[in-house]
Amino acid sequence: MKLSRRRFLLSAAIVGGGVLIGYAATRPSRHRLANETVAENGQRFVSSWIRIDTDNRVTVYVPHSEMGQGVHTSLAMMAADEMDADWELINAEQAPATDLFANGDLITGFAAEFGVPAFLDSILAASSVKVAQLVNLQTTGGSSSVRFTGEHAMRNAGAAAREMLIACAAERWGVPAEQCYTQLSHVHHNASGRSLSFGELATAAAELEPPENPRLKQPSEFNIMGKALSRRDIPAKVVGSAKFGIDAYSNDMLFAAIRISPVFGARLVSVDPGEALSRRGVKRIIELEDSVAVVADNYWRAKEALKLVKTEFEQTENDRVSSADIYSQFERDLAASSGKEDREVGDAETAMAEARDIIEGNYRVPYLAHAPMEPMNCTVHFHDGKADVWTSTQDNLGIRGRVASIGGLGENDVTLHPVYLGGGFGRRLPFNWNMIDHATLIAKEFSVPVKTVFSREDDMQQDYYRPAVASNFRAAFDAQGNVTAWENRYTGPIQTPGAAHIPYAINNQSIRVVDSDTHVPIAAWRSVDHSQQTFFTESFVDEIAHRSGKNPFQFRLELLANHPRHRRVLEVAAEGAGYGQNLPDGHAMGIAVQESFGSVVAEIAEVSVLPDGQLQVHKVTCAIDCGRVINPDTAEQQVESGIIYGLSAALYGEITIQNGAVANQNFPDYDSVRLAQTPEIQVHLVESGEAIGGLGEPSTPPIAAAVANAAYILTGQRVRELPFKNHDLSRTIPIAQR
Amino acid sequence: MANIKVNGVEYQLDVEPDMPLLWVLRDELGLTGTKFGCGIAACGACTVHVNGNARRSCVTPISSVESADITTIEGLAEAVNGNAPNAPTLSRVQQAWIDHQVPQCGYCQSGMIMAVTDLLNNNPSPSDSDIDSSLSNICRCGSTPRVRKAIRALATA
Repeated sequence: MKLSRRRFLLSAAIVGGGVLIGYAATRPSRHRLANETVAENGQRFVSSWIRIDTDNRVTVYVPHSEMGQGVHTSLAMMAADEMDADWELINAEQAPATDLFANGDLITGFAAEFGVPAFLDSILAASSVKVAQLVNLQTTGGSSSVRFTGEHAMRNAGAAAREMLIACAAERWGVPAEQCYTQLSHVHHNASGRSLSFGELATAAAELEPPENPRLKQPSEFNIMGKALSRRDIPAKVVGSAKFGIDAYSNDMLFAAIRISPVFGARLVSVDPGEALSRRGVKRIIELEDSVAVVADNYWRAKEALKLVKTEFEQTENDRVSSADIYSQFERDLAASSGKEDREVGDAETAMAEARDIIEGNYRVPYLAHAPMEPMNCTVHFHDGKADVWTSTQDNLGIRGRVASIGGLGENDVTLHPVYLGGGFGRRLPFNWNMIDHATLIAKEFSVPVKTVFSREDDMQQDYYRPAVASNFRAAFDAQGNVTAWENRYTGPIQTPGAAHIPYAINNQSIRVVDSDTHVPIAAWRSVDHSQQTFFTESFVDEIAHRSGKNPFQFRLELLANHPRHRRVLEVAAEGAGYGQNLPDGHAMGIAVQESFGSVVAEIAEVSVLPDGQLQVHKVTCAIDCGRVINPDTAEQQVESGIIYGLSAALYGEITIQNGAVANQNFPDYDSVRLAQTPEIQVHLVESGEAIGGLGEPSTPPIAAAVANAAYILTGQRVRELPFKNHDLSRTIPIAQR
Repeated sequence: MANIKVNGVEYQLDVEPDMPLLWVLRDELGLTGTKFGCGIAACGACTVHVNGNARRSCVTPISSVESADITTIEGLAEAVNGNAPNAPTLSRVQQAWIDHQVPQCGYCQSGMIMAVTDLLNNNPSPSDSDIDSSLSNICRCGSTPRVRKAIRALATA
């Protein structure tokens, strides 16, 4: 991947001593503007990622949200290593939500890889937002923090700091810089036995211009990167002191419970408050365009009072739409149109016409909710023509701008206070803003802080969902049983270009997308389109393998001759899983492989069928090539996380539309893998020396297909529609006995 | 008036008798370590101890726990280790959670730690099936493999 080399390293003195060194992703004019409008008391603001204080402590400002992926630790490790800092002296802090900390590298990285950030496609298509404006965002998504912000901004800033500190020490000692070296937050000069701490040099370093192209370390020189260091956010998370958005409190705070139109997009027609206003603690009932909120001095009081409020919402053309209707619409649209080209290779049509044999497989997946453990919430405090905001978000800067525009304020009048996220998974990405909009409009009616909280039911029913998708396949075989053509017609929109492409050497491919819009709002869900496309393509490849009479593992290897990374992770996973060896009676292994977000992942699931026809996943062996690993422990943790998130969706995940609205209520009807369903997970981190790949998402896509492929071997039944809970797999016959 | 005792401190509160303990802890006492996850006792994020036993506070009316000893995540270490000046500031379960790097987003972990503490109090050496049948807490990040690993380490310690 090529990134622009144009960048701006900046430095500035800290009032009271010390130095800030930054890597500016935005234009210098923006910094001038910020210095004119924001700086005070002689301070100078720069795009500052690293701050060195005179007591030798270093603070790394991380412009990404911590939602459990360990990013505050891994990015600080990258800066600290290039600096040769003592890890014990490093603090990691979330960067303030100002445009000085916009993580434009992420955007640049996305732009280079995909053209435009995938999760922004929908808004770009629908609005006048220009790509140039997107550097104003401070997003955490696309498994991008380490590979873009870390690789480019953090490492360069750290390396620049190191060179500046050496230059200061050399000047002070009157020795050539080449004779000095750094170690554990000190600069040393061996010949004279002298050394100075970074803190002792920091104030002088602030006088220097940062080098434009500091030398980055070779991997063999790493001292901190590559080590399984403990996460810095965990101690606060085991004693209950970590502050999430929902933990914002003040003595005068009010709380809002809300009822939004159950059918997406329907407007509020009338409200009968009943006895709600006379309930203890209730302050106001606020009517919004699509909702009504009760504001009280305690969330439970607000929620209880809301039960007494009667509401009528307008009727819409979607009031009778069900999931079955949506699937029927998909089938109609797929039958009626050949859609737009996603990928055409060779001549699939002719190959189909000349085929000795053709197999078909029609797949589909339902809508999915994100269901992070922390229900959506947002606290806004309007006061003195300004606003303060506390909310768990994957995009602090975007939220600042959103609250400003909804609240009628300038961006610089809105202060966003960074907090931990109780899960994200895409729910808290830019443009999934219903909660923010509602909370802002409600709080605007008050001069005290107002915290609006979605109940779990609200969260389930007012999400922006992983789309429901149908995907119809055909494959052609010649007289020798070789696969000659791959045809796929699936419903769009495309959120992740390339997710439906296959790495397999099949000469003729026709992959086309047919738009089939519904009224259900959709957005990025962990791994975005890869979540459904990998289930489709890796299941159908398995069908082709079985039809060819070949072992699914060998079959993949044969068709992946030009994909050494895919072959390697398949082989590592197979060896780790003991693939092909004897298994306990009633167990089988299924396999799947997918490249996403720069990483290549193979997973092998060992599965059995329970007496009630449900599946038990005993073990998942995963091999992931993410190029290079920054922190092996958090890397493994993310892989485990992605597998369980994907497995929950594959086994249980199904948002059902009834009468135009989401019928699911709460966790009992949108269940998750708990301890009893958690498989043993074995993770193999395969380092290839390729560019750093993502880790937050790539382990999610393969799991559903791996389980489906194992279930087929066990039962002879090909599950083409998720979730597995809807399939009784008890009265079926293993394919070995057919 | 409700008289309750949380982490050794007695409070006299003017709240409705049917207000759930969760919202008393959070909105009235400012003890934010106990989390709201589902409101119907389905996920366990709000788990606290009432007289030493795990209880899902989102469905526990305050009137049902008057005169009980309530412990939240904030008071767990002291409840376990006592308050002598040299007492450890973490319970052994909390320490194991750091040793095994269990939390991810961490939102569910207060409830998870309270539930695991209760499990180990009643069954110091739980089998895998004991763990499966007694821990129904939901963690959407998927910390469960490490939860099991940490419990196994505690069980044999």
